[in-house]
Amino acid sequence: MSDNYQSFEYDVLVIGAGGAGLRAAIEASAAGCKTGLVCKSLLGKAHTVMAEGGIAAALATVDSRDSWQQHFVDSMIGGNLGNHWRMAQIHAQQSPDRVRELEKWGAVFDRTNDGKGNINVRHFGGHTYKRLAHVGDRTGLELIRTLQDKGVHSGIEVHMECTIYSLMKDGDRIAGAYGYFRETGRPVLFKAKSIVISTGGIGKLYFINSNSWECAGDGFGLSYLAGAELADMEYIQFHPTGMVWPPSVRGLLITEGVRGEGGVLKNNQGERFMFKYIPAKYQGKYAETEAEADAWFKKVVIDGVKEETVKERKPPELMSRDVVARALWNEIKEGRGTEHGGVYLDIASHRSAEDIKKKLPSMYHQFKQLADVDITKVPMETGPTCHYMMGGVKVDPETQMSNVPGLFAAGECAAGMHGSNRLGGNSLSDLVVFGKLAGEHAAIYAKKLRDFPKIDESKLAGLNKEMNQPFENQGGEVSYKILADLQHIMEKGAGMFREEPTMDQCLKDLEGLKERVKKVTAEGNRMFNPGWHVALDLRNMLAVGEAIVRAAKERKESRGGHTRTDFTGYSKDFAKKRVVVRQKGDKMEVVREDLPQIPKELEAELINAHMLKPEVLKQLRGEA
Amino acid sequence: MGKVHMRVYRGNSEGGQLKDYNVQAEEGMVVLDVIHKIQATQSSDLACRWNCKAGKCGSCSAEINGKPRLMCMTRMNEFKEDEIITVMPMKTFPIMKDLATDVSFNYEINKRIPPFTPVEGADWHWEQEDVDRVQEFRKCIECFLCQDTCHVLRDHDKMAKFAGPRFFVRIASLEMHPIDALDRTALLKNEHGIGLCNITKCCTEVCPESIHITDNAIIPLKERVVDKYYDPLRILWNKVFGK
Amino acid sequence: MAMDVRTKRGLGVTLRKDAWWLEPLFYQCLFGGFVVYATWAALNPYGPNGKAYYEYGPYLSPMFSPFFNPDWLHKLPAWLATPALLVLWAPAGFRGTCYYYRKAYYRSIFMDPPGCAVGESCVKYQGESKFFIFQNIHRYFFYVALLFIFVLSWDAILAMMWPVNGIGPDNHSNLGPKEFGVGVGTIVMALNAYLLGGYTLGCHAFRHLVGGGLDFLRVKKNNPIRFALWSVVTKLNERHMQWALVSMLWVGFTDFYIRMCAMGVWHDVRFFGFINKIGHIFGAAT
Ligand SMILES: Cc1cc2nc3c(=O)[nH]c(=O)nc-3n(C[C@H](O)[C@H](O)[C@H](O)COP(=O)(O)OP(=O)(O)OC[C@H]3O[C@@H](n4cnc5c(N)ncnc54)[C@H](O)[C@@H]3O)c2cc1C
Ligand code: SF4
Ligand code: SF4
Ligand code: FES
Ligand code: FES
Repeated sequence: MSDNYQSFEYDVLVIGAGGAGLRAAIEASAAGCKTGLVCKSLLGKAHTVMAEGGIAAALATVDSRDSWQQHFVDSMIGGNLGNHWRMAQIHAQQSPDRVRELEKWGAVFDRTNDGKGNINVRHFGGHTYKRLAHVGDRTGLELIRTLQDKGVHSGIEVHMECTIYSLMKDGDRIAGAYGYFRETGRPVLFKAKSIVISTGGIGKLYFINSNSWECAGDGFGLSYLAGAELADMEYIQFHPTGMVWPPSVRGLLITEGVRGEGGVLKNNQGERFMFKYIPAKYQGKYAETEAEADAWFKKVVIDGVKEETVKERKPPELMSRDVVARALWNEIKEGRGTEHGGVYLDIASHRSAEDIKKKLPSMYHQFKQLADVDITKVPMETGPTCHYMMGGVKVDPETQMSNVPGLFAAGECAAGMHGSNRLGGNSLSDLVVFGKLAGEHAAIYAKKLRDFPKIDESKLAGLNKEMNQPFENQGGEVSYKILADLQHIMEKGAGMFREEPTMDQCLKDLEGLKERVKKVTAEGNRMFNPGWHVALDLRNMLAVGEAIVRAAKERKESRGGHTRTDFTGYSKDFAKKRVVVRQKGDKMEVVREDLPQIPKELEAELINAHMLKPEVLKQLRGEA
Repeated sequence: MGKVHMRVYRGNSEGGQLKDYNVQAEEGMVVLDVIHKIQATQSSDLACRWNCKAGKCGSCSAEINGKPRLMCMTRMNEFKEDEIITVMPMKTFPIMKDLATDVSFNYEINKRIPPFTPVEGADWHWEQEDVDRVQEFRKCIECFLCQDTCHVLRDHDKMAKFAGPRFFVRIASLEMHPIDALDRTALLKNEHGIGLCNITKCCTEVCPESIHITDNAIIPLKERVVDKYYDPLRILWNKVFGK
Repeated sequence: MAMDVRTKRGLGVTLRKDAWWLEPLFYQCLFGGFVVYATWAALNPYGPNGKAYYEYGPYLSPMFSPFFNPDWLHKLPAWLATPALLVLWAPAGFRGTCYYYRKAYYRSIFMDPPGCAVGESCVKYQGESKFFIFQNIHRYFFYVALLFIFVLSWDAILAMMWPVNGIGPDNHSNLGPKEFGVGVGTIVMALNAYLLGGYTLGCHAFRHLVGGGLDFLRVKKNNPIRFALWSVVTKLNERHMQWALVSMLWVGFTDFYIRMCAMGVWHDVRFFGFINKIGHIFGAAT
């Protein structure tokens, strides 16, 4: 056991090297700050690399009607007005610039074929127009590689395979971070004037998920324990199309691009069921018959006819994820599912084999190699999978700073942008828009401080002892066992459908787990020891799990990624509130706060422009 | 379903050996699933890297029955039922522990490649055909399997003089970018040792992204080096027409 | 202490379980066989009594085309004084420096490496940066090879012109008018020219020359012809290995076929042109 830790000093420390972290680090470094970046995996492997479909920005290269206003409205309606309007506005306004900036840094997006050679964009659920810039179905890879290459050439110091275990404070404000190198197990202290948290999501809390092992909610846990407020933790996105078979790939994502390129959802009777599930907020915007949907598809997707000239409406498969996921779940629950408990996603009947291979190469390979299924011939089986955390660290929309001075957050671990449900493609743009802002303001904050905040180094020995505990514990369980139980508990208690009694049970079960975690045992030593790593992750995961359940209990209505069977529908009492969770002593405190609302003038402007319908607003506010 | 038999390398920089594991088989398993099962039920300290489990991040590179491959994309039903499957860490890189190797060499090389530098006042509109080539190279997931299998690094240890196939792919993506302003040919020849590659195509054979590393990146780059250094007529032409 | 499997090195060291040695073995046999045959054929242009083995009437073996037989050649030792000497350097140089063949013989002959992820004996390795640097001359061989396609195509056309007065005992066409005709040998020779064309035009150096060397900006708009050429060459290039092997074997077979005709081992089957008259006019003109 090594008490002697390595130590580094940075003006700005960025934790997490996904899209958000890299973008923040680039910005902080460009502002002249000495910038450090830490991540749990190798550089370029963060979860962002898995994003497929595209990055949403109102570039209006294909549909000239698109505008930031429309993107803003789509995000707000998609999020069922649970968004912080200002974040959604900043996001919609700035994302086109951020996308073009990526191109200047070397990203190579697919082009339009209209002879103008612009960045091409595609359809995704909930977006009124074609809006997702993309590179085949590997957009995340393009994004992360571009930022990575930009980053390594702008003087950022990267510490790979290093896990932050605890944030350090000087009084109220942030002072640094303490963790360990995964390879050696050696502790490390980063002193920093400001810190940006960009640690991604929480997928690993659920048994069926589309996320990588890194998504263990570290950032939420670290920030919460450091005194930051978490908001919107009840909003979790279950993506409608995850693989369901074979078991080893259960949860693995099938990109929404499949539906964008013509994939349709069918139940075991061959019925295209989505027409039955168009909610009031989308009424009139989506096709109501199969013939209409097919006509739209043929004109817009196959023949490339400008959408503004087409009178048919889009297929309902392209509605936002929460709507589609609930529809799917209902079909399965009512016995119209497939043999392995999913529904069919069929693209073979709508596209030629050649097109499928060209437009969705990695999906084709994913199914061919992992499931022995040729998607150009037969339908895929698909079911909901835990995909994205809308909630997170509560931040100021302009600066991305949390309530802890010097602690910033961006990307999936920050709350507000997506409300109760994220639209596809809005995450990658979120990463670069708010990553930039976080980096910029973290630098401004750091520059204001003359000296480094003080760190009470006597605390470090205690933390190191805590980290070493799993080796001292005798006869406890292996971390993997506890993790699996946690995942099942969360799935049951705070999955897609929630109700009071199961959530209460879930809280009790989590309490039980806490005891088991105290006794968790690791074998071997601190050198590259995954069992030990998971043991340490469990602490954050339990805190996050509890936050999710408590927030979910607090919101007594159904909205987007939070569906309650005992409180269905939107409620007036909750429409303008957000649920905030924070630490009080060693207890978790849950409060309801006012959610800032779209300013009246802006609302009126959007209504006048026919982008926003007053009835829809009323309905989402539970006033209808 | 029966059991699967795995022989996994356990060790660190001081040495190690193969260790046998028997694991209950499940439908559709890939090698990485078996490794995870070993971690969960037998050796929780077995080190290995992974992230996406879908062949997208390039973390889980290893040598399975002697072949450099991604563990998450190698299905167990490829093997015979009673076959013993050997899983080794990549041989070319120094070992950290078990299946995890120290690949920092690759990150160092990347730092020495001048980044994308657009021509000033460039026109940012171009056709899909203009970038098809570049997009092929940008599919690279940095699994470093090509680096692992390339005999120049693997058997001849030319780390100091040779960038390796992954970085020829990277350089090709920059050199063939329609509006990149830099010329990295001299660098390719001198610092990155493209002459050491004897185009034996092992890199292409192992690339999980099916990038035609040798045919589309290395050979065209070699031809550019020839233009600049070995073709007397071309050199003369360039002198006369001032290129 | 047991040897660590990870650090073990040396020729053939591998944990691969498949028959990786099959590939080098195959190429050793193939190339070895071809070289032996080609050398033998090249050194034996004539049979007894000055009977030509390299041609049969209108058929000329590709190993001897374009056919030159200058006097000085016969100042060389007799066994070496073959007209093939003046021809074969070009295809040999072309194939010898071809990117595909380089791969194949570095692997199977030099065993560097014998197979992917298979160990090799660690001699001082310089790749193509020291001795093998001459490989960079490949494009010049390509220019010559390009000429050869024309020559061999012309040979195939000539192989459609049969001497009205028949073929002499020395296998040369007898003097006199020609008539149009097609025999199996004609088809063999035409196919030979076609295969060589497919191989040569798929050359990496050519691909670079026609367009690969450009960075392709606005290629569709500013360089439509080069883009089209590059695309065609690229298509051929994707199958360069197949073209290389088949065309090589076919050159050997073409020589063999003509030689067998010349030796009288078998008889060429001739289908006459269906418009024989035109054949006559054509023949008369030559
Ligand atoms: C399969 C899939 C497809 C998707 N497709 C799309 C899409 O098409 N469009 C779209 O917009 N979005 C998509 N998303 C969502 C999007 O990819 C993610 O939300 C986004 O990448 C999150 O990025 P991030 O930068 O916030 O965090 P991540 O990319 O998750 O990065 C987190 C980083 O934090 C580090 N980290 C975590 N904890 C610690 C710690 N304790 N110490 C040190 N470092 C730590 C990790 O190592 C990692 O580097 C998709 C998601 C999935 C799963
Ligand atoms: S082709 Fe060149 S780079 Fe690729 S494996 Fe062979 S020697 Fe290495
Ligand atoms: S080029 Fe292919 S093999 Fe090499 S690192 Fe990239 S993806 Fe892996
Ligand atoms: S885990 Fe990502 S490539 Fe295998
Ligand atoms: S590369 Fe094979 S002929 Fe030129």
